[in-house]
Amino acid sequence: MHISSVLEEDHYIITINGDVDASSSIHLDEAMNEAIHGGHSKILIDCSALNYISSAGLGVFMSYLEELKAKNIHMVLFGLNEKVENVFKVLGLDQLLNIQPSKDQAKQEFHG
Amino acid sequence: MDNQLKVNCQKERLRDVRVFVEKHLKKHGVPEVEVGKMVLAVDEVCANLMIHSHKCDPQKHIGIKINVKHGKEVVFDISDYGVGFNFCHYKEPSIDDIIKQKKKGGVGLILVKRIMDHMEFIRKHNRNVYRLVKRLQAA
Repeated sequence: MHISSVLEEDHYIITINGDVDASSSIHLDEAMNEAIHGGHSKILIDCSALNYISSAGLGVFMSYLEELKAKNIHMVLFGLNEKVENVFKVLGLDQLLNIQPSKDQAKQEFHG
Repeated sequence: MDNQLKVNCQKERLRDVRVFVEKHLKKHGVPEVEVGKMVLAVDEVCANLMIHSHKCDPQKHIGIKINVKHGKEVVFDISDYGVGFNFCHYKEPSIDDIIKQKKKGGVGLILVKRIMDHMEFIRKHNRNVYRLVKRLQAA
């Protein structure tokens, strides 16, 4: 798995590439931690190259939900393939996280 | 025997587990969307055993055996030696509690329970078998 982060205007974008499982979720955790504590208020998670996610990866997102709310940080995920989106749906996380089909639609969410 | 795999308890081996399960199920014509779910369930059980039962000790092993029964159901027997854990007795925590407590773990077995149709824990002598059964929809 490979993770990269970039700041596009005031959007902090984390791009996940490959598989997030119990062995690699630590890197997603580090990237999330950096984004949240870097003072960014608009975080986008690019999942278009995310091939697989297990509970370890879902757990990372879940563990930050309270902090995002408390700090008024907006996070939007986009580009999930059907298989990956299914995993979020099994747990009902699609109702708790903001998931959008594309980057443009994800960005729209910040201007609502 | 191409329906069996043995891996040592290193989390990096989870990828091999997933590739093995995916290849085997696809070879037997299991629909793609079902393959994805079953790969996830097996990954979750193996990750749990590696991390919690064996503390990622590379000297310890886990076995995975897959039986696709007449295209009607798939039975996974995940086995190890040592102190077992009856995963059927696992009490599902609520998602809300996990979020409030900012926990990073705890949802793996929830996924397994929701994906699989039947779970069984079999312990014989020192060997534990974690059986997962998924019924396949008739085509």
